[in-house]
Amino acid sequence: MIRRSLWGVVAWIAGIVFVFPVIWMVLTAFKQENAAATNPPTWFFTPTLDQFALVFDRNMTPFLLNSLMASLFSTLIVVLLATPAAYALSLRPVAKWSDSLFFFISTKMMPAVAAFLPVYLLVKHLGMLDNVWTMVILYTSMNLPLAVWMMRSFLLEVPREVLEAGEVDGASLITSIRKIILPIVSPGLAATALICFIFSWNEFFLALNLTATNASTAPIFLVGFISSEGAFLARLCAAATIVSLPVLIAGWVAQNKLVRGLSMGAVK
Amino acid sequence: MTTTVARPDRRTQPPVRPVKGGAKDRWVRRAPLLPALIFAIVVTQVPFLVTLYLSTQGWNALRPGQRKFVGLDNYASVLTDSRLRAALANTVLLTAGAVIFSLILGLALAVLLDRKFIGRSVVRTMLITPFLVMPIAAALLWKHAIYNPTYGLINGLFGGSTDWVSSYPKAAVIATLVWQWTPFMMLILLAGLQSQSEEVLEAAKVDGANAWQIFRRMTLPHLRMYLELGALLGSIYLVNTFDAVFTITQGGPGTATTNLPYEIYLTMFRKFEYGEASAAGVIVVLLTLIVATFALRVISGLFKMEDSR
Repeated sequence: MIRRSLWGVVAWIAGIVFVFPVIWMVLTAFKQENAAATNPPTWFFTPTLDQFALVFDRNMTPFLLNSLMASLFSTLIVVLLATPAAYALSLRPVAKWSDSLFFFISTKMMPAVAAFLPVYLLVKHLGMLDNVWTMVILYTSMNLPLAVWMMRSFLLEVPREVLEAGEVDGASLITSIRKIILPIVSPGLAATALICFIFSWNEFFLALNLTATNASTAPIFLVGFISSEGAFLARLCAAATIVSLPVLIAGWVAQNKLVRGLSMGAVK
Repeated sequence: MTTTVARPDRRTQPPVRPVKGGAKDRWVRRAPLLPALIFAIVVTQVPFLVTLYLSTQGWNALRPGQRKFVGLDNYASVLTDSRLRAALANTVLLTAGAVIFSLILGLALAVLLDRKFIGRSVVRTMLITPFLVMPIAAALLWKHAIYNPTYGLINGLFGGSTDWVSSYPKAAVIATLVWQWTPFMMLILLAGLQSQSEEVLEAAKVDGANAWQIFRRMTLPHLRMYLELGALLGSIYLVNTFDAVFTITQGGPGTATTNLPYEIYLTMFRKFEYGEASAAGVIVVLLTLIVATFALRVISGLFKMEDSR
């Protein structure tokens, strides 16, 4: 019993060590600049919302809205493309289903930089630089393989017998999708959407090189802090907290499904 | 490029045997797949083919109108360029360092979390949190709030005035990546631990095996597949590391932390050598292909294991 609680204490300490930088980030966001960058660190202070106000004064809202738009729309398109595809690779498989499946995953393994130049040149040629819809399309292709694999692993959980029984009873495709498949896979669908949202929201490389003033997403707002001079740490922490918050919440909510999505459905 | 990845195991059984049918039936089956398939081909494969073409062009965007076919010259200059060789070595070092350390830490944490204790779900939530912080936000946080020589947390808590990023640039980048990726490894390994059969473990205990023997002889072999999967998926994601390098070190000091993605980025957007950047991109793809082939084998092995359970 004592040994068991000892390991519990070790686990708690490990957890606190790992989460500490995040806690420090949030604490610092509520400080004044002169209390943020001190040595030794300041532990007790009067919390203030000044830094958050300052960050929004510097026009952070459009960045957040662009991120929201790019992430939501790409997630929507990904789910609309991936779910039928996953269906054709699981419940009613096409002849060479595993070739297609491995094709999807292999596109995920191609480093983004390798095929980036033609994308950049084409986007520039079409006058689509600095356009949120460009980001929507690219994020869709970035997340599509992940979503196909994930949705397939959820669709495989639909019991065949129930589906066949429905067919025997003369249920149409629409009916069996609505009455049998959707209720079983909807938690999986939500998890897939959430993970696609997380990856789009956090994406940096494409956003850095393809957007400028109109379509910049949330990560780009932080670029200005990279080589900042003077007192800026509290403001940086406020900005970092705001941009991380949606994903933190989404990830905490979906933590049971996280591993399945990140391993493309290979681990349940 | 990617279609050339060999399907690892041709004997993999379909979940449902495809039914032989007429041409119409086959197209009905294919229809739901086609939009996604065509989208993926157009957006990922076509650009890669264009990259292949561009890699044979001598083309600097600062000198328009002087574009010409140069054959394999770009590959020659890229492969003999010391900057690129350094970038290659750095990529391997940063990726391997981050993957190995996060795997070891992730394994330790997964073993801890596999036990029952008070507040286990709270600890798990705390442990996955680093993975959820936006990567560039995490990189900035480490660069300014933790590594900074005058007011950073490390020197603030432990004293000293070490400039961590300048003195240990590679370690600084790796530590940040390890912090973010340990939760990922932990989640995969925890899933592996929890898929162990409890009866078998009980039986081993009854037979008088001690905890270390059980871990060494039963748990680790069982986890092998999951360790491989974590290592390979981690490598695939981490080989692309750009945010942390761009933010913490800008590839420096010198080229100490310039990895391939960052070097290609510089070639493209600072030197505008489009031909060379394309050749470097093709080389990266070839390297990834090697890793990817292994990854696919592991993943399909894991699927087989799930099927046979």
